[in-house]
Formats: sequence, structure tokens, C-alpha cells
Amino acid sequence: MTERFTKAAARNIFYGGSLFFFAAFVSLTAASHIYVVNTGTDSKGLTDSVARGKHVWEKNSCINCHTLLGEGAYFAPELGNVWIRYGGDKDPEGARAALAGWMAAQPSGIEGRRQMPQFHLTEQEVNDLAAFLEWTSRINTQNWPPKISG
Amino acid sequence: MKYESQKVALPYFYGALALFGVQLLVGLLAGTVYVLPNVLSELLPFNILRMIHTNALIVWLLMGFFGAAYYLIPEEAERELHSPKLAYIQFGLFMFGALAAVVGYVFRIHEGREFLEQPTWIKVAIVVVALMFLYNISMTVLKGRRTVITNILVMGLWGIAIFFLFSFYNPTNLALDKMYWWYVVHLWVEGVWELVMASILAFLMIKMTGVDREIVEKWLYAIVGLALFSGLLGTGHHYYWIGTPGYWQWIGSLFSTLEVAPFFFMVVFAVKMVLKGGRDHPNKAALLWSVGCAVTAFFGAGVWGFLHTLSWVNYYTHGTQVTAAHGHLAFFGAYVMINLAIFSYAMPHLRGVAPYHQTLNKASFWLMTGGMTVMTFALTFAGVVQVHLQRVMGMDYMTVQAEIAPFYWVRLAAGAAVFIGAALYLYALLGPVPASRKTTGIGAAVQPAE
Repeated sequence: MTERFTKAAARNIFYGGSLFFFAAFVSLTAASHIYVVNTGTDSKGLTDSVARGKHVWEKNSCINCHTLLGEGAYFAPELGNVWIRYGGDKDPEGARAALAGWMAAQPSGIEGRRQMPQFHLTEQEVNDLAAFLEWTSRINTQNWPPKISG
Repeated sequence: MKYESQKVALPYFYGALALFGVQLLVGLLAGTVYVLPNVLSELLPFNILRMIHTNALIVWLLMGFFGAAYYLIPEEAERELHSPKLAYIQFGLFMFGALAAVVGYVFRIHEGREFLEQPTWIKVAIVVVALMFLYNISMTVLKGRRTVITNILVMGLWGIAIFFLFSFYNPTNLALDKMYWWYVVHLWVEGVWELVMASILAFLMIKMTGVDREIVEKWLYAIVGLALFSGLLGTGHHYYWIGTPGYWQWIGSLFSTLEVAPFFFMVVFAVKMVLKGGRDHPNKAALLWSVGCAVTAFFGAGVWGFLHTLSWVNYYTHGTQVTAAHGHLAFFGAYVMINLAIFSYAMPHLRGVAPYHQTLNKASFWLMTGGMTVMTFALTFAGVVQVHLQRVMGMDYMTVQAEIAPFYWVRLAAGAAVFIGAALYLYALLGPVPASRKTTGIGAAVQPAE
């Protein structure tokens, strides 16, 4: 580095620049917060059942096998659009029954196939989880994922 | 070692290395489950294994950072640590919290948000530990000599504590939850952790190459400046598909492309300092880890990050094995290696001997780095095939996973190599010191010039 670029100059650029970019980042996330609440998600449809379903999702650490909107572990299928994959947008009752059946049937015990644990969910918990996954499937994800396969 | 209180770094290094062992052992198990899925499936399912694997990693890296700070701050500030006793209490509390969390996970006690699974009382304990630590080092720095290295290091460590506070905020709205979750996760590893990493690297360069402090510090400012200028808005690459506005696609693409720059300059910096310094420092293993850290971080965090960060690429790769490939090499290159570098440098000083087991230590470097490289390629290839079959052709997830199974075998073998490498490293660092190295004379002779 040249002599003209002094340590004091480097220091001032570092502190000034960092402050500027931090302020820019905070402003943009504040704008995003408003967007998420008003446009990106269905805030009105965020019922108690959806909230409880999110808790079921967390309590059983689903995220450490599955991805949800692409984030999580990569050991099991994407679940952000699982509601659509189960046909829930057309037949919600059918999707809910299919989910309940799936949860009850785990683990499959099939040799050589990845095993999902039995989480012993109550009927209410399965319904709440379904509500949460349904609500999640309506988040505006800019058309991600590219295919229904997730 | 110039100051008696630098010794408090020792338990931190031991604790970090113990948890490193846990992380690798559980990682090896998780890699086994990928190829033999019925293993442990009821006793310790994959989600619990992964939770322990990632949490042990984060905690041991932090523990290593704490130890590194306790080692280098007295030397930089030119005075004893404010309170060694507080540092020991802090260690006990932190280690207890870490072990309690791991044991709790085995019994399914966790809060279920990725990486932030710690129960609330442990999160609170982490904050208390962080405050004890920050008080201790800030007091030491304030009363002593201020250097750029301590300024940046302390700033990074304060940032770690401040952004961790977002882990207490868990809104019901999933999109908001995700958005603020990244305030912890991204602003840590692609923000303030880079300050910690760069300042430790700068310290090692001053000590081992003998290059003038003025020059190193100018580089340090430039590198951490680039890290924050690119990394803060680079958070945008996590905001493409989670319900946040579309403008993040171009902001994230632009700024996260620039995130390669600080890592590139770290390589230039490390190589240039070593060539320019011309000091023949006896601890060749520590030097290898330091330069290796900059290079591997450039590939893992820089190149592999860029590979899938542009929004129109990420649209297809997001949440596939490509992400896993990047995650593994980035964490290893940037944060595991900087820790192993400072441990390698500091241990002979802390034990009061000349550098020892150098050949073994260097062998462990090549075995671990080689293993991680093979693992990264295996996961990258798996990811590319997965992207094509699942995201382009629209094939079902489980069918695709069966197609890419061979790559998971390669990954497991690579993981085993890393594990053996780590075992060699532990012996090289903690094993008995050969009699010929026990002369403190050499150790005293290599006190660095400033």
C-alpha cells in the first residue's frame, strides 16, 4: 500500500463506512419489516392455531432435518410448499388428513430409507401444524421454489 | 509469554478442543446416518445429531475466540489482565452452560430454532458470560496501550454480544422470525466474526513475520472495512425467498459478490507479510495454519459463497447440498483454522517451551484441510446433480437423494480423514513435549520485534 494511504485515513474510512452501511442496512430491514407485515405475508390469517403450529414446529426441531423456505437442514424435503404438494390449496381437508396419516405412520422402519421419528403429536397439534404449513405456503416467496418438488 | 495472566487462555483452549472433538464425533455420526439411515434413528435421530454438531461448533469457536483474546490482549495492551479470577469463573460458567445444553439436547430439551436451540436460561447465561468477558477485556484495554488490533478485536467481540440479543426475539410471523434470525446468524459469521478473525490473523502476522506494526494495522483496517461494507448489505442474499421485498435480489447479489474482497485481501496480506517479513520464526506449524486459514477461507467463504450467491443462481441452488458444501468449507477455513492457528502459536509459549511436534502438527494440517476439500467437492457435486434433477427436472426429493448417495459415501470418508487429522493435532498440541524442546532459552530468544 502506498504512503499516501495513511493509517488515519484507513481508520476514518473504516469507521465512517461501517456506520453508513449499517444505517443503510437497518433502514432497509425496517422497510422490509413493513413490507412483510403488509404484503409479504398474510398477517390477518395469522391465527392462534398458526402460532401454536409454529411452536409445534419448533418444539420438535423439524428444521434440523427439513428446510423451510430453503433454510434448515438438507436431510429431508422442503416443507415451505408441502401444503401445495399435498394438494391443500384445492382440498384442505384432504391435505390435513394426509398429514395426520403421515405423522402417525412414522417411523416407517424401512431398511435403507431415512427415518422420521414418531413425535406423538395430539390431534390438536397436527391440526395446528397443518395450519402453520398452510399459512407458510401463502408467503410471497418471489416464486421460489422453481418446482413443486421443493 | 510476557504476562502471567495470559495463562487464563489455557482452560479456554482445552475446553474448545474438547468440544471440537464432540463436534467432529457427532458430525461423523450424522455423516454415517446419511449413508446408513437406520443407524441410531430412534435413539438419537438426525435432528438431534445435527443440533449437537452445529452448536458444539459455534460454542467451541467462541470459546477459542475468548481464549485468543485473553492470550493476546495483555500482550497488546502491555499490562496484566484486569481480573484473571473473573476469567476463570467465566470459563466455568460457559463450559457448564455448553455441557448442559448438549446433555439437554440428547433429552430433547431445546427451543427448536436452527442454531439458536439453547433454552432461554442458557441464552441468558451466554449473555452473562459475554458481559463478564467484555468487562474484563475492555477494562484491560482501557487501562493499557491501545492498538488497532485490540480496537478491532474488542469491537468484533462487542458486536457478537450485541447481535446475539436478537436471539431472544421470536415473532409469530415466520417471515419476520427469519429476517431477524439472520441478524444473529449472518451478522455474526459474515460480519463481526470476520473482525475477530482478521485481528487474530494480524496479531499472528506481527508476531511471526516481524513486519512493522504500522503496515499490518493499515491492512487490518482495509480488510475489516471491506468485510463490513460488503457483509452488512450482503445479508440481502438471505432475503431473496422468505417473504421479504424483491429489491433484496439486486442488493444481495451486488454486495455479497463484494464479500469475496476481504477474503481475497486476507490472502494477499498473509502471503505478502510472510514474504516481506523474512523472519525465520521457529513455529512453522502456526505459520502454516495462519496462511492456510486465509487461503481456505478465501475458497470456502469467498469462492464457494460467490458460487451460489447471485439471486438468479440461488433461485436454483438455495437449500441444497451446494449450501452444505459452502457452509462446511467456510466455517473450517475462516473460523476453525484461525483458532487452530492461534492455539498452535500460543501453546508453546503457555507451556514455556520451544515449538514442539511441528511435523505432526503440519501433517494434521494437511490431513484436515485435504479432508475438508474432498468433502466440499463431494457435497458440491451432490448439490449440482440435486439442483438439476430436483430444481430443473422437478424430480421428487427422496428419489434424488438416492441418486446422489455415492457422494455421501465420499463425504463420510473425507470426514473420517478430518477426524484422524484432528486426533493428530490434539496429540501435537497437548501431548508430552520432547526433552529437546523443553529449553526455555529458545522460547525467550524469539520475542518478537515491534
